[in-house]
Amino acid sequence: MTPQPSSVRSMRPDDRRYTESHEWVKPDGETVLIGITDFAVNELCNGNEGDLVYCDLPEVGRALDLGETFGEIESVKAVSDLFTPVAGEIVEVNTTIEDHLEVLSKDPWNQGWLVRIRPNSKELPKLMDAAGYEKFLADRKH
Amino acid sequence: MKNTPLHDRHVRHGARLVEFGGWQMPVQYGPILDEVTTVRTRAGLFDLSHMGRVRVTGKDRVAYLDRLVTNHVAKIAPGSIRYALFCRADGMPIDDLLVYPGTDEVFLVVNASNTAVDLEWMHEHARGFEVRIQDQTDELAMIAVQGQVSREIVAPLVRGIELEKLGYYKFGHGTVCGIPNVRISRTGYTGELGYELYVPTAQVGRVWDEVMAAGAPHGLAPIGLGARDTLRLEAGMPLYGHEIDATHDPIQAGLSFGVSFAPEKGDWIGRTALEAIQRAPTRRLVGLKTSGPRAPRQGYPVWAAGREVGHVVSGSVSPTLSTNIGTAYVPLALGEPGTAAEIDIKGKRQSANFCALPFFSRTRK
Repeated sequence: MTPQPSSVRSMRPDDRRYTESHEWVKPDGETVLIGITDFAVNELCNGNEGDLVYCDLPEVGRALDLGETFGEIESVKAVSDLFTPVAGEIVEVNTTIEDHLEVLSKDPWNQGWLVRIRPNSKELPKLMDAAGYEKFLADRKH
Repeated sequence: MKNTPLHDRHVRHGARLVEFGGWQMPVQYGPILDEVTTVRTRAGLFDLSHMGRVRVTGKDRVAYLDRLVTNHVAKIAPGSIRYALFCRADGMPIDDLLVYPGTDEVFLVVNASNTAVDLEWMHEHARGFEVRIQDQTDELAMIAVQGQVSREIVAPLVRGIELEKLGYYKFGHGTVCGIPNVRISRTGYTGELGYELYVPTAQVGRVWDEVMAAGAPHGLAPIGLGARDTLRLEAGMPLYGHEIDATHDPIQAGLSFGVSFAPEKGDWIGRTALEAIQRAPTRRLVGLKTSGPRAPRQGYPVWAAGREVGHVVSGSVSPTLSTNIGTAYVPLALGEPGTAAEIDIKGKRQSANFCALPFFSRTRK
């Protein structure tokens, strides 16, 4: 891989893994946090956080299969499903998001986490790292 | 994919561009809901160059179009515009359009996504008629100024036509920014006072700039297709692919004003089928208002009286009404305004009420 010019800094944290449907998964002790990437947020609202209108998140205690839809995010013109890249049980939901969708736009990586899952298996599925995700985004433009 | 002649300006205005009907179009320049409010309270400038513009000439042009479109072209008064549809023999719409009869031509404006199909349909049915069909989409651009202050913005740029005397759905020709013979029409897709201008492609950039400059003191802003869709839904105007398409006819869509069964119009394609629907309609298009958190979306099932009764065809957040709105097809007997209903949003029910259309209009009241 060719090194990136210094002017192009990596936008995305490398403490987590990324899916092709633009979720991120961050290990946090025995659990994982799941959110969506800045790219996903931008696809929904193009930097206009006022265009985000609704976020539907699951109940704590719900068991999720790999790839299952656990919620939806709605903008003025589109509805996007949220998919879990790990199977497990929902142990916590970031309910602040439902009333403060702007958090997704301001800080999708930390404050913008959506759900905390206790995975069924210790081994996380093979997902992209930050560099891989950036390459994936760059390739999909062509 | 095609770019409109105003593409560079959209990029400069920071537009988010999306593919629409084969064109790269601005879906928004800023927050969509703010753009809706701008048009409702001030004025908006739209690039509509993606829409199909077709000129029909030849001595049989009126008879030919009276065979092809649903409205009665021969009866349209000079200077007036009428809404019409192209329908198949089964009465189902191929597209909807505006018809501008002139002295030696009839000018048509059709949807971008259907332009190619429309032109094919028009050529296919031209046999036996002395007509010439010219696709002017590329040579003629189209922009719209919509909003309560649109007349104040456009009037200083126009000579040779009195805008204050131009009624709703009327058109004329005038000099716009020094360009002679520009078609000016008091039409739009927003429910606001507004004008649509048909400007030669080579000059539309300058006209856009001059309208923007003239509009600046009035709060004019460029508006994308995202807001346009919400504006037209609030105004109760149909969109092909939603309220009308190959399975949703114009009669039950409430578009009878665009369909003429006058005996003098003679037989036209789709007439017999649409007369039958007119005699015995089974469903109707209604408005939906829901104070729930989620907007109705195309395809969501609608429940009333304890059963599934229909489906949503359009939906949006409505900043003008401060609620979520939509349109849906429901059985005739169940669609009375005020009737309680529910929208099934992926398995979750959200309460709603049927209401009359339009939700909002300054032009139709």
